[in-house]
Amino acid sequence: MSNGKTPFSKSLSRRHLLQQTAATGLGLGVLSVGGPRGFEFVSSAAAEDQPPLGTWPAGSQGDTVNIGAATPLTGTYASSGEDELKGWQLAVEHINNGDPLLKKIAPKVTKGLLGKKVNLLVADSGAKPNDAVQAEQTFINQNKIILMTGSTSSAVAVALNHFAEREKVLYVTGISGSNDTTGKDCVRYSFRQNFYGETAANAIGPVLIKVFGKNRKAAWMTPDYTYGHTVTKSSFDYLSKNGGWTMVTNQVSPLGTQDFSQYLTNIANSGAEILLNVNWGRDAVLSIQQAKQFGILPKMKLVIPYQIPFLAKEVGPELTEGVYAATDFWWTLEDKYPLAKMFVDAFYKKYNYRPEWGANNSYMSFAIWARMVSEAGTFYPPDVIKTYEKGETFDSTVGPVHFRPQDHQLVRPVIIVRGKAPKAMKNNEDYWEVTEVDPGAPLMQKPDAFGCTLGDYT
Amino acid sequence: MINWGNFISQCFNGLVLGALLALISSGLTIIYGTLGVLNLAHGAMFMLGGYAGWMAYHYTGSFIVAVIAGSLFVLVVGVVTERLIIRSFYTRSHEDQLLVTFGLGIIFVETVRFFFGSLSKAVPPPPPLLGITSLGFMFYPTYRLALLGIVAVALLALYFVLYRTRLGMIVRAGIEDSVMVDSLGIDVYRIFMLVFGIGAMAAGFAGIVNAPVVSIAPDVGEAILVQTFVVVVIGGVGSFPGAVLGGLIAGEIISITSMFDPGYSYVMLFVAMTLVLVLRPHGLLGTAGRE
Repeated sequence: MSNGKTPFSKSLSRRHLLQQTAATGLGLGVLSVGGPRGFEFVSSAAAEDQPPLGTWPAGSQGDTVNIGAATPLTGTYASSGEDELKGWQLAVEHINNGDPLLKKIAPKVTKGLLGKKVNLLVADSGAKPNDAVQAEQTFINQNKIILMTGSTSSAVAVALNHFAEREKVLYVTGISGSNDTTGKDCVRYSFRQNFYGETAANAIGPVLIKVFGKNRKAAWMTPDYTYGHTVTKSSFDYLSKNGGWTMVTNQVSPLGTQDFSQYLTNIANSGAEILLNVNWGRDAVLSIQQAKQFGILPKMKLVIPYQIPFLAKEVGPELTEGVYAATDFWWTLEDKYPLAKMFVDAFYKKYNYRPEWGANNSYMSFAIWARMVSEAGTFYPPDVIKTYEKGETFDSTVGPVHFRPQDHQLVRPVIIVRGKAPKAMKNNEDYWEVTEVDPGAPLMQKPDAFGCTLGDYT
Repeated sequence: MINWGNFISQCFNGLVLGALLALISSGLTIIYGTLGVLNLAHGAMFMLGGYAGWMAYHYTGSFIVAVIAGSLFVLVVGVVTERLIIRSFYTRSHEDQLLVTFGLGIIFVETVRFFFGSLSKAVPPPPPLLGITSLGFMFYPTYRLALLGIVAVALLALYFVLYRTRLGMIVRAGIEDSVMVDSLGIDVYRIFMLVFGIGAMAAGFAGIVNAPVVSIAPDVGEAILVQTFVVVVIGGVGSFPGAVLGGLIAGEIISITSMFDPGYSYVMLFVAMTLVLVLRPHGLLGTAGRE
């Protein structure tokens, strides 16, 4: 199944162009010997029952193994992408020096993984699927990466899912909130640590009905891609079915919108009492700031169905006071979970701020991968995948968790937070208080409800 | 069924957005018309104006100082860029000009990101312009109303410079035929430098006066750049009145379409651009034969 694509396509996108151009000179060597996967045929070390597969065994024959991260360092999701990158960097550092926190999650890790140093390679994806796939393709060709990560946009996660399946290289998602990632677009070679539309909706739904009552009129703001549509659908389904809420308007905007006045005017004229803003990253920041300018906030009650890192910091705690949000992690969970405390301390020491949930997701997804590889005792992808699929329970920064073998989704709690009043903040990052930690299993749909069928191992 | 209150509100949104687009586009169009250089760093100029203004606001707390500082800073950046880099590209191919301005844009954006990070910065409107104003048929953010006036004044000032001063006369002559202007003994290079500076300043000014509406981030100019190009194509390359008309048309198309289905706002904008290109290839108010 040789493929004709090259990592050097025509897309001219910002500094990615420079990386790609620089890569051209180096990449030709690999391409000229029979396509991107030519190195497979060079290897002779593979055991009989483990024929070469993807970048295996070539990627793990040296004393270093490479991971390729494609994360947005520019564009609408840049601030979250940077935070996520820090989580991966910390995890790699902890894997390489056998940090006590990492060993709580992956006890068999010593220093490095199976005796090899782990190295992280990073490219800017701008949260664009094409750029992310190109970057990972380059990493596969040149560095024989054995793991891919990065998304922040679920459009990227879905693209990398299918890419991972085709290339037979493992992929752990970065932030990805779409139901599709472990639903209709699930694949054998991908795993997701974080919460998603359906679990977010089922966790925050009861809280909203309790706080705001039944039969309310609500407006949605939805970014126009897989994440936005699935989160809006899940939250609307729950609230209409269980609380009789009606959707008076749904304002769908493209990713990267700057001026939300048209959408907000429609909302102001819609008669909504509650505004569920599914926009994310800078889109969320701008739409909330502008909703304030239009007097929509605080008149309508704002709800964040899928938490945005740094939101309160950027719009100010005056605007997030009393706002409910569903999230994956918040640093004050350090009071509840010993591993969360260790993580927040280590992160704060290295980066001088308290981690957002994106960084936590990054750290955990790498720590879990290190656990699975060290338990499997090999980098051979099918064996690592089968170790994930055992569904063993292990400790995490939000207590005991396990993977669901049918769709590769981590069964993990969803955290409900409420924005603190500026006066109630105990330090300059004390924006949210945790009001609930909802166990994950009851929040999840049946494994096949969203059309997940995993592919082959080889 | 059309909700007329909403319709009028959307027309109003379109006017505000359109005025802003008109201002930025007029900067782009006079640079292209005079120098023949398509400035892909124009979005970065918009962004730089915002950041320079934000810095000034940060230290002085004055919005007026911020606007002046933002505009002047970008004027200086424009003049220096023209003098040091753009000037060597007048005789080069359009591809080279595109690449160098594209590259400059990346350098500006990433430099700002390096020093200020990716988190957005907010510049609040001056206190008298905070809050909401009732227009009878609707409530509208006071600052956005003021923005309409601010941008109108800036456009008038630009009109005055272009149509009522000797410099403007030379610039307009240069747009029509720069070889002739040169042969009349006028130092076109000095004029080019000024035009590039003024064009950049229009974007920088827009960047800071827009900051209270759309908080600034390193990528803020990227989306604006695309819309600005559409405006220039609709209005006619090199035409100042065309940029104003194109800006208002673009703003109204985006806003009014969003009333029916926001997903089609930009589709309709590009449909309009395509129609103009097919029916009137040199733009609504452009002149055939101009680059």
